[in-house]
Amino acid sequence: MRSTRRSPGRAAATFLFLRPRLALGLLLAPPLAWLGAVYLGSLASLVVQSFFHLDGFTGQVIRKFTFATWRDLMTPANFDIALRTATMAAAVTVAAALLAFPLAYYMARYASPAVKAVLMVGVLLPLWSSYLVRVYSWKLILAKEGVFAWFVGQAGLTWLLERVLALPVIGGPSLSVSSLGTFLAFLYVWLPYMILPIEAALQRVPRSLVEASADLGARPAQTFRRVTLPLALPGVIAGSIFTFSLTLGDFVVPSVLGNSSLFIGQAVLAHQGTAGNIPLAAAFTVIPMAIMGAYLLFARRLGAFDAL
Amino acid sequence: MAGERAPVVRFIGVSRHFGSLRAVDDVSLDIADGEFFSMLGPSGSGKTTCLRLIAGFDRPTSGRILLHGLDAERLPPFERDVNTVFQDYALFPHMTVEENVAYGLAIRNVPRAERRRRAGEMLELVRLPEVASRRPGQLSGGQRQRVALARALVNRPRVLLLDEPLGALDLKLRQQMQIELKAIQERLAITFVYVTHDQEEALAMSDRLAVFREGRVDQVGTPAEVYERPATPFVADFVGTSNLIEGRLAERLAGSPAPCTIRPEKIRIVAAAAPVAGGDGAVDGTIRDVVYLGSHTRYRVEVGEGVVLVVVELNRATTAVDAHAARGRPVRLAWAREHLRPVGGR
Repeated sequence: MRSTRRSPGRAAATFLFLRPRLALGLLLAPPLAWLGAVYLGSLASLVVQSFFHLDGFTGQVIRKFTFATWRDLMTPANFDIALRTATMAAAVTVAAALLAFPLAYYMARYASPAVKAVLMVGVLLPLWSSYLVRVYSWKLILAKEGVFAWFVGQAGLTWLLERVLALPVIGGPSLSVSSLGTFLAFLYVWLPYMILPIEAALQRVPRSLVEASADLGARPAQTFRRVTLPLALPGVIAGSIFTFSLTLGDFVVPSVLGNSSLFIGQAVLAHQGTAGNIPLAAAFTVIPMAIMGAYLLFARRLGAFDAL
Repeated sequence: MAGERAPVVRFIGVSRHFGSLRAVDDVSLDIADGEFFSMLGPSGSGKTTCLRLIAGFDRPTSGRILLHGLDAERLPPFERDVNTVFQDYALFPHMTVEENVAYGLAIRNVPRAERRRRAGEMLELVRLPEVASRRPGQLSGGQRQRVALARALVNRPRVLLLDEPLGALDLKLRQQMQIELKAIQERLAITFVYVTHDQEEALAMSDRLAVFREGRVDQVGTPAEVYERPATPFVADFVGTSNLIEGRLAERLAGSPAPCTIRPEKIRIVAAAAPVAGGDGAVDGTIRDVVYLGSHTRYRVEVGEGVVLVVVELNRATTAVDAHAARGRPVRLAWAREHLRPVGGR
């Protein structure tokens, strides 16, 4: 019998304990308000803006419903930008998944706690320094007289680098002004976002499932395809959402390392900042959203979320 | 049953050390084809490690394991004609029950129609045909256990390894599954190697059992041998309960200071100073404690020199009131002399 002790804190705790719905409501109100008003609200405003139009003479945004902006968007040049960005995002995502999976698997399955801690810090350490500094260091590393070219020269492979740079689309005068260089920098900056969710997903796959598969006659490759990969897929999808959407929206890496061909992020920046054409910038931003939506539907169709 | 046919699993001086921990320490064992063999012991006694060595998930530090007469040293788990029922069932959560059961067949590229038929048969065998299209997450613990069994049996292994398969089930279900497992083992005539820490389970189901202690095997034998003639004080205590009698009391009761044991149910409580038949042993004491357990009652009787003997009596005519009234009463304990057995050293 403790009813004699009645502090205000205890009274409040009892009050809320007896009203679980109220307690839940109080906990959920701030995040829901944030998500609803700030997040979904601004997205909705973005979509609405894309149906306004910029008057070319006055430079004023005309707030009337029109498809004119979308018509402006549907030009071959803009289509090129969207395709280039989506292809880069897909390439970065696939490469990041291929690089991340073995490391994440090792961290989740084999690494001792000490080794795992070291690897975890190693994966996260780059995120502690400025993103801009890291992208500019890639510019230096990949420059014509940079460290990378020097290494290639020492290895006697300059001819190979030149051969690669001579390729259409991915090549360029040097790695620091080529699609390949952009790709490498993207891969570097987004890789942690792929490793962490895959590691978390693999962590949740009990070792006994892998043993059970081997026990039932499956060779390691079969176990990987039928058990490990399907169960890790939600993590791969989560990681790919990061790498894909971050690449789709980025404008720093392609402006520092790319050639003159634009990515969506750069186009948005140019329209919104330089030209003041907010409706066109908004319409451009809807493209990555549509691509991500289509990607998620596709992933669900593949059964990526069945194990959730 | 044991020893007549060639052993299907043979341990020859097998050890498995993890650093300084001797999880399995110089174990030699023969498991005969078609027998129900239990590995019994407390947790950490090495029985599960032995099972993992047979399955191939782990490899011995030293010693040899022969499976069907062949050295298993270089055989990975997927090359061994052995299947396992895991303690946590290890069902694949992203597959249906039927896909789980048919997994071993799918791996062997058995055609789909035959896969379905044989998976169906196995689910029939474990009496769960109606859940084929469900996911493991939608099943109860007892159902998952049966699915795990069906999945492990679908490849028709010559040896089935079971790692505390009933550990997570409640008592009633466990007793029912014991009977079913035994029936399935007899019907399919395959070797079961059954790891458990539950001595009653091991006694009830096994043809033979090995009692593990600290990585070593203390005794191998039929349930009756292990129960009636425990080789060590540990076996006497772990398999069933036992009264260990040592020192002066042993000298008084058995005529020698060597340790001996007597089972609680072999001791009769008779009136103080009641006459004792010629061949029987007896000692006087006082009932200190009474635990009424429904079908039987457990008494703790102090027999002097601080020694307490546990006595179990069936409540044939005794009521709870009678049992509790006996507390503090001076009594005489009597037993047939052959039940007081010397135990080997260690």
